[in-house]
Amino acid sequence: MSLDQLTNEAPAYNFAYLDEQTKRMIRRAILKGIAVPGYQVPFAAREMPMPYGWGTGGVQVTASVLGESDILKVIDQGADDTTNAVSIRNFFAKTANVELTTHTSEATVIQTRHRIPEEELQEHQTLVYQVPIPEPLRFLEPRETETRKMHALSEYGLIHVKLYEDIATHGHIATTYAYPVMVEGRYVMDPSPTPKFDNPKMHKSKALQLFGAGREKRIYALPPHTDVVSLDFEDHPFTIQEWPDTQCAMCGAEGVYFDEVILDDAGNNMFVCSDSDYCETRQSEGHLGPLNADYKERMQ
Amino acid sequence: MSLDQDLPLLSVKNLSHFYGQHLGCKDVNFDLYPGEVLAIVGESGSGKTTLLNCLSTQIIPTDGAVYYRGRKGQSDNLYEMSEAQQRILLRTDWGFVRQHPRDGLRMNVSAGANVGERLMALGDRHYGKIRDTALDWLEKVEIQVDRIDDAPRTFSGGMQQRLQIARNLVTNPRLVFMDEPTGGLDVSVQARLLDLIRRLVAELGLSIIIVTHDLAVARLLSDRIMVMKDGKVIEQGLTDQVLDDPHQAYTQLLVSSILHVGS
Ligand SMILES: [Zn+2]
Repeated sequence: MSLDQLTNEAPAYNFAYLDEQTKRMIRRAILKGIAVPGYQVPFAAREMPMPYGWGTGGVQVTASVLGESDILKVIDQGADDTTNAVSIRNFFAKTANVELTTHTSEATVIQTRHRIPEEELQEHQTLVYQVPIPEPLRFLEPRETETRKMHALSEYGLIHVKLYEDIATHGHIATTYAYPVMVEGRYVMDPSPTPKFDNPKMHKSKALQLFGAGREKRIYALPPHTDVVSLDFEDHPFTIQEWPDTQCAMCGAEGVYFDEVILDDAGNNMFVCSDSDYCETRQSEGHLGPLNADYKERMQ
Repeated sequence: MSLDQDLPLLSVKNLSHFYGQHLGCKDVNFDLYPGEVLAIVGESGSGKTTLLNCLSTQIIPTDGAVYYRGRKGQSDNLYEMSEAQQRILLRTDWGFVRQHPRDGLRMNVSAGANVGERLMALGDRHYGKIRDTALDWLEKVEIQVDRIDDAPRTFSGGMQQRLQIARNLVTNPRLVFMDEPTGGLDVSVQARLLDLIRRLVAELGLSIIIVTHDLAVARLLSDRIMVMKDGKVIEQGLTDQVLDDPHQAYTQLLVSSILHVGS
């Protein structure tokens, strides 16, 4: 550190809050995760100045990969403006002073709680997931020693037991989020609260995908172009959520992940893109949905 | 095939296990032949459970070897196999029926999934076929097929044990370990379970190693018997011979006490 820096006012925080030693430790865990795609790497998670459930795992991963020239986007569900997304964005604005954006295409690092943006991610981008429960076998095998062994030996019959139960109970695979995937034919991984709609986007993604679980102290990763296959049965193949004959009320998009918005007490509703940046970008490009104020104007 | 029948399925050589200084079992030797049912009897603390856990690779013994003849005819020392190989044996070529259903079943998933689990672990990926096989096995163990989607915690103790048997036999194992499978069941329920096991042994040509403290169970099920005391095998032979004409004083005592209870 130069004399000039030392004599200046000391910063309140180290860059991106975590000290450099902690970041190096987390980066080592990330590198290990990248080397063994889908494998859950234990790491010494730190206390963060926010409660668990607010994405402390994701925040630590983001803090460790963020550089001064990065451009950060934070989403919760698909939106940039929810409380969780805003508070994490503010946290990094204060501690790292990096450039912030809501535009998927501009971001170099995107932290997310649920969604993968509709716009295809590119090589220069990193997607960081906030993960509550990293262990896909947990619900049927609570013993950590046993699940670790199952991963080590690739014993994954249990995952299909869960899917079997779904079909026996509901007539189809009813799991709609945290839908288990097989990574590179080796490790079964929980994509965490992400809807299964987004599972196909993980497959051979050009972007680096990193997963951080704060409370459970696990990091895992999907390097670019990794095989990610959603598990299923031959006679009950994997399908994504579909909204037939539905278009976004604001931008007219079809085949995207929709949020349903209730309009009045009479039960009228509309569907809009869950990915708010995608929706706004389309509108600015002139795509308008039937309930868009500009649409009515244009029709007149 | 006839040649295979002449060779032991399991060959136990000088097996000993110590828990630190404490003796679990010592210098156990025996052969088990295909289709044979062997009962290991003794009181609690006799070493019979330690022996069963060693044979089934739940415990790696302090000393000795156990050779298992695989389906391709090769004979391998269990303790020189990798853990992965041992676990594959345990869920394919072997079965293990536990005394307490909660140790051998997944109590919160349906009976069908309990039976289907091994098939799925082996890579079966057709729901309809897995379900058909499960239905078939529920019928074989005398569980009403309309209970297929019910969780075993809603079953009676006898049904739970029958479900455990179905869950184990679905991969057509050649060797099944049983640890006091009738323990804790009412006498009439025990009798039905024993009948079922006898029928399955006869139909499927299973080899069974059953641990029990109940000589009546041993007499009903087993071809051969091994009596254990203080970690050692003190007497072994054909079940009827040992029980009708025990040579060791301890065995005589065991036999007389059951006769006493029975009369
Ligand atoms: Zn839209």
